[in-house]
Amino acid sequence: MSQAQPSVASLIVTYVLLLVLLVATVAVAQIELGVLAMPVALAIACTKALLIIVYFMHLKDSISLVWLTAAIGFVWLVHMIAGTFGDYLTRGWSLFS
Amino acid sequence: MASTESAVAFQFDDLEQQQQSAELGMWVFLATEVLFFGGLFLVYAIYHFMYPDTFHEASKHTNVVLGTVNTVVLMTSGLLMALAVHAAHDGKRNQLIWMLIGTTVLGLVFLGIKGIEYYDKYHHHLLPLFGWPFEWEGHSPGAATIFFSLYVVMTGLHAIHMIIGIGILLVLLVGAYRGGLLRERSTPVHIFGLYWHFVDIVWVFLFPLLYLIG
Repeated sequence: MSQAQPSVASLIVTYVLLLVLLVATVAVAQIELGVLAMPVALAIACTKALLIIVYFMHLKDSISLVWLTAAIGFVWLVHMIAGTFGDYLTRGWSLFS
Repeated sequence: MASTESAVAFQFDDLEQQQQSAELGMWVFLATEVLFFGGLFLVYAIYHFMYPDTFHEASKHTNVVLGTVNTVVLMTSGLLMALAVHAAHDGKRNQLIWMLIGTTVLGLVFLGIKGIEYYDKYHHHLLPLFGWPFEWEGHSPGAATIFFSLYVVMTGLHAIHMIIGIGILLVLLVGAYRGGLLRERSTPVHIFGLYWHFVDIVWVFLFPLLYLIG
């Protein structure tokens, strides 16, 4: 590829960070965090996904059209989940009892 | 791949444009894959919202040790795949071949461990497939059935993506063995790498949602 390549060192650093985050998410799961457990687990998963996308998938060095496409995939996913939960979370509401 | 042919197809101005088109095409496909898996994640989110206690209880029956080992296996195969892309770009044939072999082997190890987990679930009557016996001691066995159905469908769809990926890896290996896929012809390796990393990302979300919420 004529495009810039991430260095081998940056790939290995990414890999080490992914393993550290894996240890973190398994360790955190052993603690009773209650309602915080899910947001913390998802935050760690999102960080791992971002590391993979930016470094392993070279998004860092990709043209803006590719950035846009990746972002659109994410936006539609959020739209689908947020739209559905806008329904489910509000089903119990009533103005008059 | 005949080496006398130009690496640039006639419809492209130059190599860079060709590579960017291929990369863009793969990302468009991956965006559809996000929604493909996203539908299942949405179903998971809805039922987790409706039956949080049963989901937590059911999640305790997944094997966290095997799940963690499999995550390490998959992350390592991801690193080897990224190094394969690097080697292809630099024109290092032997390194490319070994990295592709490593990625393939780790992919197979992942599927093997997954198979052990499926057998364990089947053995404990927790695999609601093909009318196999399903037994749940706690209350709300219906919600537990939903959890284990999602478990098998989500990890199963992920495993099917891995199997397809291993098939493509074998094709790439033949190409690399014949001395192709190097430097200006390395685009297929790069594009496949995107797919393989995407499958890794799906697992990154499956692992905490199925194994760690208990």
